[in-house]
Amino acid sequence: MALPQAKQTATEERLAVLRMPDAGCTRKAREAALERLRQMGLPGRRDEYWKYTRPDTLISADALPAALFVNDESPMFDEFDRLKIVFIDGVFSPEESDELSLEGVSIDRLEDICCKDIHWAKELYGVLEANGQNPVPRPLAALNTAFASDGVAIHVTGKPSKPISLIYRHASETSDAILHHVIRVESGAEVTILENGPAASRFNKCMEIDIADGGTLHHVRAQGRDHQRRAATHMFTRMGHESVYKSFTLTVNGVLTRNEQVVELTGDDAVAHVAGACVGDGEFHHDDTVFVTHDAVNCESRQVFKKVLRNGATGVFQGKILVKEGAQKTDGYQISQSLLLDGDSQFLAKPELEIYADDVACSHGSTSGAIDETAMFYLRSRGIPTREATDMLTLAFLAEAVQEIEDEALADVIVARLQDWLARRR
Amino acid sequence: MLEIKNLHVKLEEEDKQILKGVDLTVEAGKVHAIMGPNGSGKSTLSYVLSGRDGYEVTEGTASLDGADLLEMEPEERAAAGVFLAFQYPVEIPGVGNMIFLRTAVNAQRKARGQDELSATDFLKEVRAKAKALKIDAEMLKRPVNVGFSGGEKKRNEILQMAMLEPKMCILDETDSGLDVDAMKLVAEGVNALRDEQRGFLVITHYQRLLDHIKPDVVHIMAEGRIVKSGGPELALEVEHNGYADILAEVN
Repeated sequence: MALPQAKQTATEERLAVLRMPDAGCTRKAREAALERLRQMGLPGRRDEYWKYTRPDTLISADALPAALFVNDESPMFDEFDRLKIVFIDGVFSPEESDELSLEGVSIDRLEDICCKDIHWAKELYGVLEANGQNPVPRPLAALNTAFASDGVAIHVTGKPSKPISLIYRHASETSDAILHHVIRVESGAEVTILENGPAASRFNKCMEIDIADGGTLHHVRAQGRDHQRRAATHMFTRMGHESVYKSFTLTVNGVLTRNEQVVELTGDDAVAHVAGACVGDGEFHHDDTVFVTHDAVNCESRQVFKKVLRNGATGVFQGKILVKEGAQKTDGYQISQSLLLDGDSQFLAKPELEIYADDVACSHGSTSGAIDETAMFYLRSRGIPTREATDMLTLAFLAEAVQEIEDEALADVIVARLQDWLARRR
Repeated sequence: MLEIKNLHVKLEEEDKQILKGVDLTVEAGKVHAIMGPNGSGKSTLSYVLSGRDGYEVTEGTASLDGADLLEMEPEERAAAGVFLAFQYPVEIPGVGNMIFLRTAVNAQRKARGQDELSATDFLKEVRAKAKALKIDAEMLKRPVNVGFSGGEKKRNEILQMAMLEPKMCILDETDSGLDVDAMKLVAEGVNALRDEQRGFLVITHYQRLLDHIKPDVVHIMAEGRIVKSGGPELALEVEHNGYADILAEVN
């Protein structure tokens, strides 16, 4: 079917300023992705999947400028011994990064997977993204596969002693970055991936994660605090038998964020937890779009998303659990909640369940509410001023999502950051 | 210390007068008890003194050591020395009891221009005071009042009172929902805090609590006013004859 004219024009205008990298062995995958993109076109306001989030600034030919957020905060995750991989405005920085070597894992730049003949990465690139285009198209992910200019391939074969930390620095006010990472966790292997930083004025990031039988991947992300930055991210995760995937994202600030998680449980007894906490003040639009597919027996999935919004901030949650025929004994849980600190803010939620198996337990819930006045008075009657009391109740509200982080030290760091950021108010 | 004069209070949302001219003075070092039938305005008085929303003072004053309480925010009243032990302590999921206590103690110290209590000093103090109230370490770690039994909640109120060391303690039906042993424990906690500098206002339905917390003065409240005041014997009279006799006598 031909695309509507407006959509086609918008797509071609965007494509006109993009150049496919000279990518050797990923060329085929990139060209296929470009073809997919042309078929579906970039998202427009009329698309059902973009009903609550305006895609204009994510698809425009040029990125809108975003001022750098200058602050005196210590770098995120600095407390941890970790292997640092640094990108500045979407470009890998060998000087800022650690040496890419660690026992139990091999890490290569995307551009090296061809010359080094890294089979698994060549075979994974663009595959999970392509799978994830059904039943809902995700054009920005296809665009990413076609035009990503950098990224890493992480092959986890053991249990590396420290987390792998992807750091995205923002240096130029007009940067427009497209990164694509591929990760393969082998059977029985286990890794923690950290991500943090604003990355660029506009950031399109795609991560394809393939977890083999019995593999485990923990993911903790703190998106950058630059107020004017824009980001569209996709994580495509395919999970084998008894594999575990636990992902948590913290977002504070950012004028526009769309985080998509596409999880496919393809092996029996797999466990996927996807969680997020966000705090938005003023010019802030945050969209969590999650699609979990149960295609195996006895799998567990949890989606826990909490948003605190004030001064006209907007939160969006579109979450779906699809239980395919035969995916018996599925345990699916989904909760999305917002705490609206004033009447100007809004939370738009679309929780969905689609179930084709008869022996499953799936639940979903979504709420919006204000601060509990009774609790507020209780705290104040003990001498805690309104602002501090609000912060305490805000943190308490976010706690359920933060608790999804398995590593207590990491969870503590997230809580401490939240506390600090709430106190700073910016 | 606490001086209430001709206090008139109505509900903010409705045209309903609850307090119709309360006069009451609680001196430092004294325990005053307020008894009275349901709906007489006892709890309203405690809420108005601690600054809860939803009430409008239409006439009269309330001051603590000369400072106008009614002009202050709830947290300012707390820092000035007012403490209300709630009839129904509030559950706050996600906020640890220990963090709550420490934040409250330090917020009040800060408001009074004192240094914050160090983590070690705080811990030492809270452990000692919790032990006296038979509050175990597990309870301190749990979220505020979440999953606490009725007795545990009330003991937690007294622990907060012990940590905050207020000048003026207002206990709103602290005995409700307590068995005899729990009531003794709570009363012991209260008695431990009695001293020359501190005043108490104990609101209760039953004389029972006053066997354990011996009042200096007993007031009977009815229809938004204090209608009779006397010594501890007044509480016994209520216990034996109910309120009817007293109310008839007053009317």
